[in-house]
Amino acid sequence: MITMGKATTPKAWEGFKGGHWQEEINIRDFIQQNYTQYNGDESFLEGPTAATKTLNDKVLALKKQEREAGGVLDADTKVVSTITSHGPGYIEKDLEKIVGLQTDKPLKRAFMPFGGIRMADDALEAYGYKPDAENDKIFTEYRKTHNQGVFDVYTPDMRKARHYKIITGLPDAYARGRIIPDLPRVAVYGIDRLMAEKANDFAHIGDGELTDEVIRLREEVQDQYRALDDMKKMAATYGYDISKPATTAQEAVQWMYFGYLAAIKTQNGAAMSVGRIDTTMDIFIQRDLENGVINESQAQEIIDQFVMKLRMVRFIRTEDYNSLFSGDPIWATLSMCGLGVDGRHHVTKTAFRILKTLDNMGAAPEPNITILWSDRLPEDFQRYATQVSIDSSTIQYENDDLMRVQWGTDYYGIACCVSAQPVADGIQYFGARANLAKAILYAINGGRDEIAGDQVGPAYEPISSEYIDYDEFMKKFDKQMDWLADTYVNSLNAIHYMHDKYYYEAAELALKDTNLDRTFATGISGLSHAADSISAIKYGHVKVIRNEDGIAVDFKADNDYPRYGNNDDRVDDIAKWLVKELYSKMNTHHLYRGAKLSTSVLTITSNVVYGKNTGTTPNGRQKGEPFSPGANPAYGAEKNGALASLLSTAKLPYRYATDGISNTFGVTPNTLGHDLESRKDTLVNMLNGYMNNDGMHLNINVFNKDTLIDAQKHPEEYPTLTVRVSGYCVYFADLTKEQQDDVISRTFFEQM
Amino acid sequence: MENKSVSTDQTPTKEPLTGYVHSIETFGSVDGPGIRYVVFLQGCHMRCQYCHNPDTWKLNVGDEYTTDEILADAAKYRAFWGKTGGITVSGGEALVQIDFVLELFEKAKAMDISTCLDTAGQPFTRDQPFFGKFERLMAVTDISLVDIKHINSAKHKQLTQYGNENILDMIQYMGETHHDMWIRHVLVPERTDYDDDLKKLGDYIAAIPNDVVQKVEVLPYHTLGVKKYHEMKIKYRLEGIETPTADRVANAEKLLRTADYNGYEKWMPLPRV
Repeated sequence: MITMGKATTPKAWEGFKGGHWQEEINIRDFIQQNYTQYNGDESFLEGPTAATKTLNDKVLALKKQEREAGGVLDADTKVVSTITSHGPGYIEKDLEKIVGLQTDKPLKRAFMPFGGIRMADDALEAYGYKPDAENDKIFTEYRKTHNQGVFDVYTPDMRKARHYKIITGLPDAYARGRIIPDLPRVAVYGIDRLMAEKANDFAHIGDGELTDEVIRLREEVQDQYRALDDMKKMAATYGYDISKPATTAQEAVQWMYFGYLAAIKTQNGAAMSVGRIDTTMDIFIQRDLENGVINESQAQEIIDQFVMKLRMVRFIRTEDYNSLFSGDPIWATLSMCGLGVDGRHHVTKTAFRILKTLDNMGAAPEPNITILWSDRLPEDFQRYATQVSIDSSTIQYENDDLMRVQWGTDYYGIACCVSAQPVADGIQYFGARANLAKAILYAINGGRDEIAGDQVGPAYEPISSEYIDYDEFMKKFDKQMDWLADTYVNSLNAIHYMHDKYYYEAAELALKDTNLDRTFATGISGLSHAADSISAIKYGHVKVIRNEDGIAVDFKADNDYPRYGNNDDRVDDIAKWLVKELYSKMNTHHLYRGAKLSTSVLTITSNVVYGKNTGTTPNGRQKGEPFSPGANPAYGAEKNGALASLLSTAKLPYRYATDGISNTFGVTPNTLGHDLESRKDTLVNMLNGYMNNDGMHLNINVFNKDTLIDAQKHPEEYPTLTVRVSGYCVYFADLTKEQQDDVISRTFFEQM
Repeated sequence: MENKSVSTDQTPTKEPLTGYVHSIETFGSVDGPGIRYVVFLQGCHMRCQYCHNPDTWKLNVGDEYTTDEILADAAKYRAFWGKTGGITVSGGEALVQIDFVLELFEKAKAMDISTCLDTAGQPFTRDQPFFGKFERLMAVTDISLVDIKHINSAKHKQLTQYGNENILDMIQYMGETHHDMWIRHVLVPERTDYDDDLKKLGDYIAAIPNDVVQKVEVLPYHTLGVKKYHEMKIKYRLEGIETPTADRVANAEKLLRTADYNGYEKWMPLPRV
């Protein structure tokens, strides 16, 4: 290992204002010292260059071929993907300002067996590819994978909870993802400096006593160091030397992209976040613009082509996985704007340029553009963002005022769909979700699964009376939640132990601080149905209808009862209580590597699968019907309009659910206003109102139900129709029929 | 509920005044400037052929609320209102319960909440006691949305069972007293979609004094309300009439000169005095 030399000021930093960032790795300081706020409107923006148009047409044609080929255009079966496994790949080399592909060909999917060889093979077979026998042998006989590690230690209870789907989507056979690499480090410092810093860290790990943790961390930092070295090698195959800081905007964006490419060549995480790159990019662009190195059109070209690359990221998945996270999402989440702790907003011209890509290259679900919203963002930017929402339904909004305070920094990014994470020194252990609606049924049925009839949860007396007594139910539900919390958290302890051991994220973590704050993510699905069911039991006088085995299969409420989604405290308090209660129960447990517990109320598209596997609930939701997504109220529960619904969601306590509380809002254009300016006004006011009431996250979809119905019938006519579902964005045509139906039936706020 | 004061066309008593409410929409963004909390009051005397809310016709039914209850609930949404939003009272016909609306708006203005009245004007009269109440109401109403069903009184009567003389008189009064308004007109094929009538209406609007008209909207007739008629077993009189074409809507907008009325873009409620 090399040791750190004395810091000198590289020529690449000329024109930048100095600060702590020169003496230590500190991108936040670099940004705060150097960024230029922009308060104007979008009129400075440029359209796509001829090169961008040609490349984009090629990519669109490839995507069409991909869809026609059943979802996968090409897949590697032989080469195990690493940072340096593949030679350079191009769309059309001479036209590309930003280069680099996951494999040697566009949209060709890499072979990534470290999460689990069976999963990797199943994915290949699902698309008609034959797994490679030699790889099979290597990853079964010689090299253990994450998946095998986890299943070696799972307890019978965990297997049952998983099998009966009260816990679903656990990252035990694919990468957990959700680690934001601090990509600007590559551009600002160059790899050599980062390696020197890691070498320095390595020299100071532990106090001489080689405890388990010290040994583990020393090994990890060595892996990180090697990953950095591999990034240089990979970049060299494309003709770039990234050992030194970037000297131009084009290099800066390219350097950052190489850092990201290293991540997606080695990990197939459920979310492969891009993080917070807009301000750093803008600083380099601004310098080049001022020095006459590039003009606005060239600046836009760099951003367009970078975003184009993010649109091309692919992993090969199994059918099971796709049913959870439909439409090939990778959550290349790109979060931007927000406010600095010094009160200065972080809106730059590059934030506009990134939004402009949706116009220049058409709507697309990736990258998952997330605006860190505050009512103090400049009004022209707010209005431009809402216009993009109205045009393309592709962006999501998250409450910067809430997150900045919770996480104690303005340099955080969005790690997956919705979850915040400090970029420099925070990571999250992703943990899928537990099904609270099903837990309610377990409480009623004495721990027996309402669909299979088998004993899954702890066996105790089921509720046997004709009408459910609220107090009796709550006692039983409490025990059921204890069991669920225990099984869930311990499954995740096993998963993260094995993930660190067999599928360590060396490339992403090489671009973060060595000493990390860890978050232990969990999640809740079916919250609205659980809350409404408890409300029904409390206020509605619920009668149970049982089958011949004594399992409750239907319910009838004699009286009307308050439903979540109407800004009615009687039931909204139940929803709040559920979040806090499950959190508190989980928080009594040991959490892997000293992580801090967090939970979430977001479901992606898995609300469909969760609903499919859950019997009829006391709130009248029928067996198999999808759950409402994320923290949305149950379908049809809202009676007082959209804002009442939003305020119910806004009451859920972010302090506990720091992993995110997602609301997906669908609205028809005419409901927002009768002309574009009014529609923008409405959305800006709505976002400000929601966020000022502590609402955490909002997906905004603006279109007519009829459009979706027509798009389901004629997908070929709507190739770029995108919809926002809980925490991400997807081509409507890429959803399964069931999920399309779900999106169509979701609450659309509509006025007559 | 018994022994509670009923506000329909009558003087308030000492009892807390209650209004009959059909429903509440927290997210009204086409019911006046900005985002508005819309109270749809129950009860209307007119029987417009195209009415899409026949369930709001009946008087003295619905949920009863006091003005304080409404305002306490509405205030929860203040953060969404921005500079221009607030509350709108619609119906039914809002003026049928003028006592309730008056008390509601007086209290709302005291709380610095912007007020908007959505009315078709049918209960308007210069007779007392209504007119005195109406004058007081106008003093606490920031803007009104006035629906002109038809410019021709005979056709207005065919369409709604009432002539329009008093309605046009109300508009005249509002203009003379500098009361801002939006004018709305529902375009119904075979009923209101005739160039002659539209031209007359356009001329009429242009002659409203003092530039009080901030916006003129053509609302294309739609059939979304038909289901309610079937459910309520009321004969639907526009069976077979379709939504007007985009061309006819554009034609009506041209004849009503909607583009000339763009005061709404910069309109702001007056601050509390």
